[in-house]
Amino acid sequence: MNARYFLRRLLLAVPTLFGVALVVFVLIRVVPGDPVAMMIPPGATPEDIARLRAFYGLDKSIPMQFWLWLQAALTGEFGTSITYKQDVMDLIAERLPVTLELGIVAMLVACLLGGAAGIVSAARQGRWLSTLIDNLAAVVQAIPDFLWGLIFILLFGVALPWLPISGRIDTALSEQAGGGFVLLSSLLHGRWQIVGSDLLYMIAPALALALPVAAMIARVLKASMQEALASDYVRLARLKGLSGVRVLLSEALPNALIPAVSLSAVQFAFLLGGTVLVEKLFSYPGLGNLAISAVVGRDLPLIQAVVLTFAVLFIAINLAVDVLVLLLNPRLRGGSH
Amino acid sequence: MQDINRRGFIAHTGLSIAALGSFGPLQALAQTSNTLTMAYNVDLPTWDPTVGPSAVNPTIQSLYKAVFAQFVDQNPDLSFKPDLLTEWGWNADKSKISLTVRQGAKWHDGSPVTAEDVAWSLQRAGDPATGNPIQFMWGKIANIKAEGNKVTADVKEFDPAFFKWMGYLTGYILPKAYYEKVGKEGFEKKPVGSGPYMVEEFVQGSHMKLKAFKDYFGAKPTFENVVIKFVTDPSARVAEVESGRSDMTVEIPIEEYERLTKKGFGGTNAPVTDIGMIFITNVEPMLDERVRKALAFSINKKALTEKLMRGAARPIDTLDAPGYEAYDASIKVPYDPKKAKALMTEAGWSKDKPLRFKVQTTRGFKPKDYEVMQAILGMWKPLGVEADLEVYEIAKHFELRAQHKLAPAAFYNWGDAIGDPSTSTGFAMFGPSPHSAWKTKDLDDMIAPLWGEKDEAKRIAGYKAVNRYIAEHALVIPLFQYYQTVVFRKGLNAKPHGAGFVLPQAVHKA
Repeated sequence: MNARYFLRRLLLAVPTLFGVALVVFVLIRVVPGDPVAMMIPPGATPEDIARLRAFYGLDKSIPMQFWLWLQAALTGEFGTSITYKQDVMDLIAERLPVTLELGIVAMLVACLLGGAAGIVSAARQGRWLSTLIDNLAAVVQAIPDFLWGLIFILLFGVALPWLPISGRIDTALSEQAGGGFVLLSSLLHGRWQIVGSDLLYMIAPALALALPVAAMIARVLKASMQEALASDYVRLARLKGLSGVRVLLSEALPNALIPAVSLSAVQFAFLLGGTVLVEKLFSYPGLGNLAISAVVGRDLPLIQAVVLTFAVLFIAINLAVDVLVLLLNPRLRGGSH
Repeated sequence: MQDINRRGFIAHTGLSIAALGSFGPLQALAQTSNTLTMAYNVDLPTWDPTVGPSAVNPTIQSLYKAVFAQFVDQNPDLSFKPDLLTEWGWNADKSKISLTVRQGAKWHDGSPVTAEDVAWSLQRAGDPATGNPIQFMWGKIANIKAEGNKVTADVKEFDPAFFKWMGYLTGYILPKAYYEKVGKEGFEKKPVGSGPYMVEEFVQGSHMKLKAFKDYFGAKPTFENVVIKFVTDPSARVAEVESGRSDMTVEIPIEEYERLTKKGFGGTNAPVTDIGMIFITNVEPMLDERVRKALAFSINKKALTEKLMRGAARPIDTLDAPGYEAYDASIKVPYDPKKAKALMTEAGWSKDKPLRFKVQTTRGFKPKDYEVMQAILGMWKPLGVEADLEVYEIAKHFELRAQHKLAPAAFYNWGDAIGDPSTSTGFAMFGPSPHSAWKTKDLDDMIAPLWGEKDEAKRIAGYKAVNRYIAEHALVIPLFQYYQTVVFRKGLNAKPHGAGFVLPQAVHKA
């Protein structure tokens, strides 16, 4: 039953992606900002402009352009970037690992901070620490990730210049580090200096992305923990004489985690969306930074491919969370959805 | 593969982070004195300086000029000087061009730069199939031949600014043999030029590392190594230089420039070939000359540049700014609010009978663009103008301008790094140009003969006359010439360049 459910979800992803592709394709062509208008040379004649339009395939109707794009996309050809003059999938393959590593580290930080804050706040309910955490969470959540980015640039870049605030890795190590999943591959190969540099450059952008998510996780986890702590099975565990910490972590937490995990998945998708501005602020060479350049330069093939990549990521994250929730909740295993 | 040891991982990672954290702030200064680290305001999308949108992005040219030599080079005062060409010119009747290629120059791979390379680069630039955005200019010659160190070509259509373009957008010479051997992709991976620096490493969206080319034909650069970080956010650029992670940066807000220079950083704030202006479209209510003049006379440019721009711009009255060839200091558009009000009253507009029209501007594309337009709207208010200010993206501006659908008044910035009147007044005001907003026969009849004028003195005088006509009839409102801010750490010296180039080869130790 579960296998059939996931197969159905996978099949549903196809029309979803088609819909995203179609909507994005049409939208970026009808909104103001013609890419050809941005590169018309000073002395261009109407013939020159027509030649440029034809050069980039923009001389055809939008349905025809979409049909040609779709035909090529089905064969794995997503076009050439107008700005970068490279295959858009090569560009995405270069930048996606950067964003994924940043996003995953930020999410881990968010889970750790949010989880710890949620548990402590629930355990100390009614005391000053709980009130402090609640208020801090409200403030932290109210400040968007890009604003955290600016705060960290001022704080850790200028006032207390402890952290690097631009780039992915120390330029002295970049050649040795190579591209792709630098953190993962350096961990696997024991290149600790590169791991250290990569993590150091990641601290400020990852924290900027993580803090609002952490605050949300803390609040949801606290609420579900309180519910769990008030339930009969937890009372029973206490009556059995289990220690307060054990009751909290072994009895209440597993059940309280389910809503927090579901929320984290949604938040992870949003967090990846947040990389667009945060990567730009920190000159982090990921997909988000590329997305900004594509939009500013009206690079239609690149915008299309970047949005589709984010859509695939969102679908994949949601599927992964469904699996995780299934694993955490025995009642769902083997049942229909 | 090494085994992962948990204790080792924690210890090494912790130590690395601690070590890097401790020395982070001193990174740029701690590097050898032979390394210059720059926080630059744009990313480099492609290494071919002759194709695509980056080829016509003036800000990117500094990066290209560090690696590639051009046909001709430009002095900070905008005059031209030899680069890979040592001589260039037309024959007497201007039906042919003749170029002399520098002898002894080498490509970064060690091979000699030849006349063949020059001829091939010109042919490639003029071929519409390559997608060179300045093909309209390079296509004006044909029958390009190389012999010895000479290159000759027939002139299909005379353009007086042809040689000036050789020192500007897409005017780069590429290595024929190398390019044909490695192809487009290979060239992107390992670009080879003949400029002062060789590319050592390039990480798109992050940084590039350059190394001085020992066989460079020109003056040896002061710094052996250059690291250029692409830091597109101005706050991050300020933080980079203030924390000492970068030695210098460009294009920061004037307030930050003042703060940093007061703190002891070196810096320059000098005029460049970029102006702020208001395009006037020939639609109602701008068809009434009294309205146009009233709008122009009521703008206090001195207050705008001194108070709002805090000295990061200077007032201008023509599209040709000081330093441009056709600049004429005697052409003035006075600030005269009384006369402006009288003209508006004469045209039938007042506070009781307000004139309403749309005004467009970008916000954040250029320093204080939106604030400038807001201030101008405030200056227009006493005339009875109730303008509706629309903020749009620069892409929309280009699209509307190409379609001749801009609002009656639209703010824009216009660059003319070669300082030639054809690329300022010419393209901005000639009706058939896709870049003009005012399209009328009287003006077109004045500009049209100047495109192919072979007598240079007559051509420049002609453009000065056009500028005077434009000012007298208020067909456009030139506002100010922008200044460019460059900040560097103590111990460095960088002379400003009129065309806005910030070249690593032009940075020296103080």
